Amino acid sequence: MTSPVLSVNQLCKAYSNGKEALKGVSLSVPEGSFFALLGPNGAGKSTLINIMADTVLPTSGSIDFLGHDMFSERLWCKGNMGVVPQEVAFDPFFTPREVLSMVCGLYGQKPDMKWINELLERLELAEHANKNTRQLSGGMRRRLLVAQALVHRPRLVVLDEPTAGVDVELRKRLWEYMREINASGTTILLTTHYLEEAEELCDHVAIIDRGNVIASSSMKKLLHEVAGSYLWLRYRDDWELAATDVEALSEFNPRIDDGLLCLTLNRIDLQQSTFHHAYESARLRFGPPLDAGVCQEDLEDVFLRLTREQII
Amino acid sequence: MNLRGTWTLFKRETHRFLKVNMQTIAAPALTAILYLIVFRYAMGDRQVPGMNVDYFTFLIPGLAMMTMLQNAFANTSSSIIIGKVMNVHIYLLMAPLSAMEMVMAFLTAAVLRAVIVATVFLLVLTPFVDLSIHHFGLIMVYGVCGSIIMGGMGLIGGMWSENFDSMSMVSNFIILPLTFLSGVFYSIEQLPPFWQTVSHFNPFFYLIDGFRHGFLGVGDSDPWLSIGIVAGFALATVLTCWYLWRIGWRLKE
Ligand SMILES: Nc1ncnc2c1ncn2[C@@H]1O[C@H](COP(=O)(O)OP(=O)(O)O)[C@@H](O)[C@H]1O
Ligand SMILES: [Mg+2]
Repeated sequence: MTSPVLSVNQLCKAYSNGKEALKGVSLSVPEGSFFALLGPNGAGKSTLINIMADTVLPTSGSIDFLGHDMFSERLWCKGNMGVVPQEVAFDPFFTPREVLSMVCGLYGQKPDMKWINELLERLELAEHANKNTRQLSGGMRRRLLVAQALVHRPRLVVLDEPTAGVDVELRKRLWEYMREINASGTTILLTTHYLEEAEELCDHVAIIDRGNVIASSSMKKLLHEVAGSYLWLRYRDDWELAATDVEALSEFNPRIDDGLLCLTLNRIDLQQSTFHHAYESARLRFGPPLDAGVCQEDLEDVFLRLTREQII
Repeated sequence: MNLRGTWTLFKRETHRFLKVNMQTIAAPALTAILYLIVFRYAMGDRQVPGMNVDYFTFLIPGLAMMTMLQNAFANTSSSIIIGKVMNVHIYLLMAPLSAMEMVMAFLTAAVLRAVIVATVFLLVLTPFVDLSIHHFGLIMVYGVCGSIIMGGMGLIGGMWSENFDSMSMVSNFIILPLTFLSGVFYSIEQLPPFWQTVSHFNPFFYLIDGFRHGFLGVGDSDPWLSIGIVAGFALATVLTCWYLWRIGWRLKE
């Protein structure tokens, strides 16, 4: 078991308008992990990240970062962390190269030109390095922010939706680079809406919803233990479940996905699942389906199921 | 102590105005020169009552100081408000700099801009007028303290404001009247007694009067006594800025 880089303890945040964005969040990020922080919009992900970045003040709770208390040893913690906030912002007075040297300086380091050039190269900004940031496209600006978060070689990099609005090809290359950074020993914590990519890349995951952590474990464990399988049945292309149907099939958490009726299967023991029971229940209610099959839940299914369960 | 960080921020704040030096240095210096020309011809060779100087000579140091004060204010306030509006201030909040280091970097850059503008203004004038310097030390102390005070006010004003509108309210309705009515264009001897008393409560009055004393050796108050007032005021401004930055006043949710 690797020790955590970051452990968040009972963190709460209530904004001045009374909105409780975090209601006692606790989670720990293992050293060297590639950690996905997932949650629907408004779950509180950015609030948590902004508290780490010191742009939002916490209401209560604590964060331990590499053995340092984040709120009493702020400067040390800031120096060893790089954050890409969700909002794209840029300084209109400077070029990307100047911005990167400046960020180095603010972190008390002599600008390492070799490293800066490598970042510009890898984040595909090299040919724009001497343009005014005003002339950069949205995607370029976001990549510049990623470079900014890496330029002082932090031990923890936190990225709040770094790939929002970035096209598929570029996203792949960006992830590839993040993977390399991670392989060289930097812990990465990120939020994203691309769950498939998170499943492929990240080795740890936490899901938060309305200010609470509803799952937090290694990706493997979540996919093995929390992910179940489900039975899908095709009847008609467009139909909706009546409330009475939902009621009758409630033990299978029924839902319509892409025109298919999906019923969650539970394991009774390692050999046997509730497949037969689920199939029979559906057949009794709707008749024999046109087609049917069993699917293993992926991260997205788990995510949707867990965050939906919270609503009920 | 993150010296390199503080230095970097100072350089950033300096570059910001040097990059647009027409707007930040040449324009204010020109404005001051225009005032001077206008008053030169409007007032003729008139003497300032109660002082043994002509109006033109009297006006020069006052205008230099007023320009310094306004530019020190503009440097910090514009930086903070642009940062807030464009959301780049979060990069400062994220940087490992203590509140004191931040405030120091901002204020030194503001003082530098103020000194540069005043120097340009005075250098342009030297071929045409006979500038006397009575006491260089007084000029420096008043100039620097004044710039610190106004740089600090700019920092506070910028933190308080939510957008460019509220920022320009602060500069047009508070800062401009205070600097205009602080004895740049007149000696307070010329005022009715009530307004003379009021002037003594305007901190800018001491700044301009003391600064002018450094050039002309005459003024409305004792410049050596006023140093205490002015230095105390500068210190209080710095401490207020430090405290407000520390708690993230109107910067952090
Ligand atoms: N500055 C703010 N003032 C008040 N409420 C806010 C503020 N920022 C975020 N919130 C609220 O806090 C909740 C969490 O927001 P956020 O952390 O941005 O979620 P996420 O990043 O997971 O989408 C949301 O309900 C949002 O409306
Ligand atoms: Mg967010």
